[in-house]
Amino acid sequence: MKERLVVIGNGMAGMRTVEELLKLAPDAYEITVFGEEPYGNYNRIMLSPVLAGEKTIDEIMLNDLQWYEDNKITLLKGKKAVGIDRKAREVTADDDTVVEYDRLLIATGSTPFIIPLPGHELPGVVAFRDISDVDTMLFAAGKYKNAVVIGGGLLGLEAANGLMQQGMNVKVVHIMDTLMERQLDGPAAKMLGASLEERGMEFLMGAETASIEGKDRVEKVCFKDGSSVKADIVVMAVGIRPNIALAEKVGIHCERGVVVNDTMQTFDPRVYAVGECVQHKNKTYGLVAPLFEMAKVCANHLAQHGIGRYEGSVTSTKLKVTGIDLFSAGDFTGDESTENLVFKDAASGVYRKLVVKDNKIKGTVMYGDTIDGSWYFDLMRDETDITDFRPTILFGQAHLGDSGHGDDSRVAAMADNAEICGCNGVCKGDIVNAIVDKKLFTLDDVRAHTKASSSCGSCTGLVEALLAHTVGGDYSVAPHLKPLCTCTDHTHDQVRTVIRDQGFKSIREVRDFMEWKTPDGCPKCRTAINYYLVCQWPETHSSDDAQSRYINERAHANIQKDGTFSVIPRMWGGSTTPKELRAIADAAEKFNIKTVHVTGGQRIGLYGLKKEELPAIWKDLNEAGMVSGHAYGKALRTVKTCVGKQWCRFGTQDSTHLGIELEKMTWGSWMPHKFKFAVSGCPRNCAEATIKDFGVVCVDSGYELHIGGNGGIKVRVTDFLCAVETEADVMEYSAAYIQLYREEAHYLERTAPWIERIGLTYIKDNIVGDPENRKILAERFHYSQKFMQDDPWEARAKGAAQHEFTAIKQLNV
Amino acid sequence: MSNWIEIGTLDEIPQLGARVVVTDKGNIAIFRTAEDKVFAIKDECPHKQGPLSQGLVHGDKVACPLHDWKIQLDTGIAVAPDEGCVATYPIKMDKDIIMLSLTPNK
Repeated sequence: MKERLVVIGNGMAGMRTVEELLKLAPDAYEITVFGEEPYGNYNRIMLSPVLAGEKTIDEIMLNDLQWYEDNKITLLKGKKAVGIDRKAREVTADDDTVVEYDRLLIATGSTPFIIPLPGHELPGVVAFRDISDVDTMLFAAGKYKNAVVIGGGLLGLEAANGLMQQGMNVKVVHIMDTLMERQLDGPAAKMLGASLEERGMEFLMGAETASIEGKDRVEKVCFKDGSSVKADIVVMAVGIRPNIALAEKVGIHCERGVVVNDTMQTFDPRVYAVGECVQHKNKTYGLVAPLFEMAKVCANHLAQHGIGRYEGSVTSTKLKVTGIDLFSAGDFTGDESTENLVFKDAASGVYRKLVVKDNKIKGTVMYGDTIDGSWYFDLMRDETDITDFRPTILFGQAHLGDSGHGDDSRVAAMADNAEICGCNGVCKGDIVNAIVDKKLFTLDDVRAHTKASSSCGSCTGLVEALLAHTVGGDYSVAPHLKPLCTCTDHTHDQVRTVIRDQGFKSIREVRDFMEWKTPDGCPKCRTAINYYLVCQWPETHSSDDAQSRYINERAHANIQKDGTFSVIPRMWGGSTTPKELRAIADAAEKFNIKTVHVTGGQRIGLYGLKKEELPAIWKDLNEAGMVSGHAYGKALRTVKTCVGKQWCRFGTQDSTHLGIELEKMTWGSWMPHKFKFAVSGCPRNCAEATIKDFGVVCVDSGYELHIGGNGGIKVRVTDFLCAVETEADVMEYSAAYIQLYREEAHYLERTAPWIERIGLTYIKDNIVGDPENRKILAERFHYSQKFMQDDPWEARAKGAAQHEFTAIKQLNV
Repeated sequence: MSNWIEIGTLDEIPQLGARVVVTDKGNIAIFRTAEDKVFAIKDECPHKQGPLSQGLVHGDKVACPLHDWKIQLDTGIAVAPDEGCVATYPIKMDKDIIMLSLTPNK
């Protein structure tokens, strides 16, 4: 017989847990759900837009009644659970329905706090919590004129805005002197107040309510100072409290909320709890992102996968008032030990404050333009050291060099046909529709369904902003430590540590030891672990697992859109000879090459080869002395150079010679991602060295070394590493830098994001500040190169890996 | 009424790899999984006709080399949320000899 799971509460947290559980173990439980409201499950955070008339109830339904039927879930709607017998394992409802359980999930959410003022029970006094509250307000708006909202917090302002949109005169009564004091600081609150006043909202600040008066229904609100205002409806929005009444009554340990451990179990291990009713590590949450994280962990445990742990959440808030952009996260007030970075432009209505301690972001408040909110939030969550870009951080991430979208960052104002993802041609309308229709809540969901942000990633910020804007407020953020892929909860760094410490030489050993969830991994983890093994144990490079390499690296050629391949031989430092050119021309004719193209990396590409032709053309090129250019690999690509002082009247050093030396030293090395060098002979920088992974700019006194540039997705100008005097220095510094990148960057992380993640200072400390360490790193690189520098083309031209290039059978049918 | 054609032996295909059978009507990709299960599907992703034989095999799925769609090897159906389907062909093993039928599965 199936185990029985009973869920008390039909809200977002409870049903998200059920959804996650159905994904993991669809047949594990017979599920019964108690829901007080007479509906399916809806998105409670979207009640504000419903009140404002921007959305309908239907549009905010997450699971309609059909969904419960389809998934064989018994929904006891309109029934309130009033008792739990933990010995008999039974739940009793207010109509005496009794349901037995093997496991119980409490997801009772929170209840609005009603100030017990005289008159608080009069008709016309409502909270703002569920559909029936919204109905009451909409009904009042159709009939009456004057609304009073008690509470100038997030919920109160959303209610006030909604009622105003419905045509009422709205007064907001707030006991404090500033609005939304839990989410905003003084200046931001002032800007918000001014903008709401402009729309017609009135504020009574510092006002203490004494009573609510009226005969048959509410008529006025009276204050302690003796004054009063007319009111046909009063909305109490002064806060919410975890709804622990039932749990407390049946002896489950509660403090402010139902106390749970990291697997979302209460003190009775058969009883779980998730959502706003929960207290975890002394914190309670009233936002949706943490609920989803809890739901995932709880479902995991219910499905007996048992590896996930909830470790608490860092949250952010946004106000859902159309046309007002506001964002806050973390500790934005600060104390004596923190500093504030502030940008304020009152005329254009933009305010940004970052609270910083020891060069790490502790909190942020933004008003007006909030597109960088998610970036600051990531920096805060990841505790990134901001020293290196502190002077420009307030201008946002765009300032760090996002070439993608420029100023076009206010997603709300964008037209539906505005293209968000240029790689996959996905427009704003497509993304919004998918979010709404398919009920998406996370970036990964949006990527899977629309492909937006799934290729180059430069539109990720926009997609996140759209998500926040569409699902309202806060959306689910990734857990603190990002797992390598969905096959595991372990991170890139944890995998590398295990490989090193346990001495594992095969992908299987790593997966077995780290308890992978899938038998043979996925494209993401197999390729990553394969690289980590190659990097850690260069001696066993020969046992490199071909089936864990993407096709380009497996075939040593780049697959093209029609399934043919390209061949690009190496041209050392961008230099070639008549003999090489003749060989390329001969090969191009012999193999009937459709396109001969000069690449951006100063070499010649031959396009349109059938896979079975590859070994033969490689043989011809080999015979003319040419080798693989690794144009297909996460590897050293090219060293771009100018002709330097050998010819150029401005040249200061022999840049071509240095470029060739660098390429001879580094070719064949596998890297986390592709890696490009350049050497310019003078500061005119014709080789564009300052947008390369490692750039050398020759000057009269020696060589300037630049790192972490990128000319692609996000144009990023290099950071200056240091200046050195000799070619030998350049070789040593670059070898050390490459090895540090090889050993510490995550697979598929280019040097630019790597540097932004770990900080320039860290690299300088390792390479410039510590000569001993630099020498050791360089030596490790040279050692590894002993095993890497064999031409893969030559081996295959001589017959290696033949199965890769031939059909198993030719049939003439 | 399948006509079985002998196309080769199991050890000619690497584990978690694929080889192709060339026919006048296009290539058929023959996959071998980690558990030595063998599948035959048309070598053409339903998305943009990428050669599935060049993809990465994991479990009973292959990831297309062009845009990373995942295709179920036993059914030819794209893994959700992607939508599409590619023809599959019957395979019969005679010890380690692989026999293929050119009449697609229904």
